[in-house]
Amino acid sequence: MEVATHRTSDRTALHRPGFWQAGVLLSALVLALPVFTVFSFIFVPAGEVWSHLAETVLADYLSNSALLVLGVAFGVLLLGIPTAWVIAVYDFPGRRFFEWSLLLPLAIPAYIIAYTYTGLLDFAGPLQTGLRDSFGLEGGDYYFPEVRSLGGAVIMLSLVLYPYVFMMARSSFLGQSSSTLEAGRALGAGPLRIFLSIALPLARPAIVTGLSLALMETLADYGTVQYFGISTFTTGIFRTWFGLNDSAAAAQLAALLMSFVFILILMEHYSRRRQRFFQTGGRHHHPLHHPLRGWQRYAAFAICVTPLAFGFLIPAGQLLVWSLSIAEEAIDLSFLQLAGNSLLLASAAAIFTLILALFLGYGQRLHPSKPVAIAVRFSAMGYAIPGTVIAVGVMLPFAWFDNTLDEWMRGTFDLSTGLLLSGTVFALLFSYAVRFLAVSLQSVESGLSKITPNMDDAARSLGLAPGKVLRRIHLPMMRGALLTAMLLVFVDVLKELPATLILRPFNFNTLAVRAYELASDERLADSSIAALSIVVVGIVPVILLSRAIRKSGDTHE
Amino acid sequence: MRKRSLSINLLLAILIAAASLSSTAFAAKEVNLYSARKEALIKPLLDRFSAQTGIQVNLVTGKADALLKRLQLEGRNSPADLLITTDAGRLYRAKSAGVTQSVSSLKLRDTIPAAYRDPEGHWFGLSLRARPIIYVKGKVSADELSTYEALADPKWAKKICIRSSGNIYNQSLVASMLSHDGKDETQVWADSLMKNLARKPKGGDRDQIKAAAGQCDIAIANTYYLGKMVKGKDPSQQAAAEKVAIFWPNQSDRGAHVNISGVTLTRAAKNRANAIRLMEFLVTPESQSWYAEANYEYPVREGVEWSDLLKQWGSFKADQLNLAKLGQNNAAAVRIMDRAGWK
Repeated sequence: MEVATHRTSDRTALHRPGFWQAGVLLSALVLALPVFTVFSFIFVPAGEVWSHLAETVLADYLSNSALLVLGVAFGVLLLGIPTAWVIAVYDFPGRRFFEWSLLLPLAIPAYIIAYTYTGLLDFAGPLQTGLRDSFGLEGGDYYFPEVRSLGGAVIMLSLVLYPYVFMMARSSFLGQSSSTLEAGRALGAGPLRIFLSIALPLARPAIVTGLSLALMETLADYGTVQYFGISTFTTGIFRTWFGLNDSAAAAQLAALLMSFVFILILMEHYSRRRQRFFQTGGRHHHPLHHPLRGWQRYAAFAICVTPLAFGFLIPAGQLLVWSLSIAEEAIDLSFLQLAGNSLLLASAAAIFTLILALFLGYGQRLHPSKPVAIAVRFSAMGYAIPGTVIAVGVMLPFAWFDNTLDEWMRGTFDLSTGLLLSGTVFALLFSYAVRFLAVSLQSVESGLSKITPNMDDAARSLGLAPGKVLRRIHLPMMRGALLTAMLLVFVDVLKELPATLILRPFNFNTLAVRAYELASDERLADSSIAALSIVVVGIVPVILLSRAIRKSGDTHE
Repeated sequence: MRKRSLSINLLLAILIAAASLSSTAFAAKEVNLYSARKEALIKPLLDRFSAQTGIQVNLVTGKADALLKRLQLEGRNSPADLLITTDAGRLYRAKSAGVTQSVSSLKLRDTIPAAYRDPEGHWFGLSLRARPIIYVKGKVSADELSTYEALADPKWAKKICIRSSGNIYNQSLVASMLSHDGKDETQVWADSLMKNLARKPKGGDRDQIKAAAGQCDIAIANTYYLGKMVKGKDPSQQAAAEKVAIFWPNQSDRGAHVNISGVTLTRAAKNRANAIRLMEFLVTPESQSWYAEANYEYPVREGVEWSDLLKQWGSFKADQLNLAKLGQNNAAAVRIMDRAGWK
C-alpha cells in the first residue's frame, strides 16, 4: 500500500501524487468491475420484454420500491435519532445497557426477523390462535393487521436497520463538543430547542450517512420482500432474469436500480460536503449526561426499550424457544465447522475491505480530483445491489479471465490452468469487498473528514510523506472509525447470503447458508439454531463497536 | 512498510487457502455436484453412496438459477459433474444453455418413465412432486371439486390461497395448463383465479396450507409441505394440517400436475463414469424409498413401496405431459401471470 521512506526528499514527495492517484483509480476500477459488468448490459437490446414489463408490472416495482424506501427512511429515523439523543445527553436507569444493546438488531438478518414475526403473528401463529381461543372468535370475525404486507416489510427492515442511524447519530452527538451545547444552554435555549437547532443540524451529515446505508440495504433486500410477496425492483430483476429468461432486461432493471442508488450516494456526499465541521479543542472533554427525574426517566427508558424489544428481544426470544424445542437432535459438531467458516470469512473480509477503504478514502483526500471521486463512488455502489446480481457481476469477469488464460495456456504451452479465481474463497472475499465497501468507506471517510486538513498540512510541511501522515496522524486519531468500519463489515458478511450461496467452494458452508436452507424450506424451527448462532457470533463485535464509539466520543474531539 | 507486508501476507494466505480448497477437485475417486436440493435433503443419500462405492461427493448447494449461471460462466473448465434441480423447468434451461450432455444408461432409461426424463437423455427425474388441490374438511366437500380449471368458477370467490407467481412451482403449473388448454384459455383462467383469491399471494406453500385453517377454503400446494406439517413437531402446524385433505384434480382427464426433482450430467464433466454411477444410484429402490420417507415425495421409479403417509393420501393419476414442455412454456406462463396481476 505504501512505501516507507526514511528520507523525505522533495523527489519522493513529487513521485507520490502519481502513485496514489493511479493506485486509487486502478483499485476503484477493479472494485467497480462487477457494477460496470451489470451496467454494460444496457447496450444489449432486450426486445419487447420491456413493453411487457411497462404494461404489467413495472409501475408496481417502482411504487413498491419507492414506498419501501420512504417508509424505511421514516422508520429508521424515528427509531434511531431519539434513542441516540437521549443516550448521548441524558442519564437514566439502563443507559449503559442501552448504549450497546440498541445495536443488537444489526446482528439479525432481515429475512430471519421476517420469518420470525410471521411465525408469531400470522393466522395460525400463537398470538392469533390465543386471541381466538380466549374470545371464542372465528377467522374473519376480527381485524388483525397482516404482517406480510408492504407495511410489514417497512417495519421489519426498520427494526433491523435503525442501528445504522442510531450509531452514526450517537457518535456525532457524543462528538459535539459540550461547549457548543453549553453555549446554547447559557443563551437560554430549552432542551428541545438545543436538540432541534444545534445538535440535529450538526449531526445531519452523520445521520444522512447512516440513513443512506440503511436505504441502500433496503433496496438490495430480496429475502424479506420475496417472502412477503411484494413486487419490488429486486424481485422484478429475478423474475425477469429467470422467469422471463431475459438477462439483458434484468440487467437493465438492475442498472435502473443502480441509478437510484447513485442519486442516493450523491445526496449523501453532497450533504457531507456542504456541511463540514471540524471541531477543535476540548481534548479532555467528557460528555455530560444530565440526570433525568420522574416521568422523564420512564419516557427515556421507553424510547430505548421499544426498538430493542421489537428489534431484538422478541425475535431472538422466539428463535431461542424454537432452538430449545429441537436442541437435542439438531446440535452437532458440524455447527462448530459452520461457525468457524463464518468467522473466518467475516474477519478476512472485514480486514480486506478496510484496507481498500482506507486506501481509497485517503487517496481521495490527497487528490480530490473528479475522476478519482467518480471512480470511488462507483466502486461503493455494490451495497445497494442485490447480492445475486453482484455475484454474477463478479463471476462474469473472473470466469472470463480464467477461461481466457486457460485457452491461451493450452494453445501456447499445451497446459490447462483451469479455473484459478472462479469458485475460490478469494472470489468470495472480492465480492464481499464489492458489496460492503460502501459501509467501510463511509466510516473511513467520515472519520477522515473530522480531521482538519490543517493537520495534514502541518505534518506534510514538517516533512512527513503522505503514507506516514496517514499512519502517524490519521490512523491513531480515527481508531474509532476504523473499528466501526471493520465491525460493520464483519456483521454484514456474517449475515450475507446470496453471494455466499453462489460463489462458495465445494463442501464449504456457513451459518447463514444453513439458516437459509432450512428456513426457505419452511422449517423455521430447524433453522433457528443456525440463525441464533449468527446472532450470538454477531453480538461480540456489536458490543465492541459500541465501546469503540464511546471511546472515540470521549477522546478524540 | 509493516502495513504493506501484512496486507500482502493476508492475500497470500487467502490465495493458498483458496488453492488448497479448489485442489480437492483433482483427487481421484470423486464426483462434484451442484445441487439446488438443500443439503439436508440430499446429503444423507450422498453419504450412503460414498460408503458403498468409496467415491467422494463434493457438494455446493444453492439456488438453481444461480448454480446454472455459475455452470454456464465456468464453461468447459467447470468442476461440476452433475447439476441437481428441484423442478423440470431449470433442467430444460440447463439443456438449452448448452451446459448438459446426453447419457445413455439403460438403468436410467428403464426405471424412469418417459414423461419424467428428457427425450434426448440430457436430464432425468429423481422424485415426483405433486401439486394437487388442498381443501378444508367440512367447509368444502370433495364432490364440489373437479379440475384446476374449475377453480376459476365464481363460486370460489375469495376462497382460494396460492403463493406468488415468482415461485417456479406456480410457473410450472401454469406452463402445464398452457400446454393443455392453450394461451387464451389459460389467460382467462388466471384472470378469474385472481378474483377468487382470499388474500394477496404471500408466503410459501406451507403458509397456504396454514391459511386454509381459517382464511381460505382451498389451497394449492405441493404435498410434501403438508407431509412436513403432519410429521413436524409444531403443534399449531399439525393442527392446521389435520383440518385439510388432499383432492387429486383432473383425474378424469390428464391427471394431477406433477413436477420432478432431477439431475443432469454437465458438458464439462470430468468424472463422467463416477457421475453416472451416482445418477444410477439415485434411482435404486433404496434411494427412491428414501425420498418418500425423508421428504414425502413420490418415487419416480415404479414398484417402489410408498410410505404410510403417501398411501394415506391415496393413489392418483399424474399428468403424463413430458416435463420438457414446462421449461418451453415457462416465459409465456410468467407473462400470463403478470397480465393477470398475479403478484
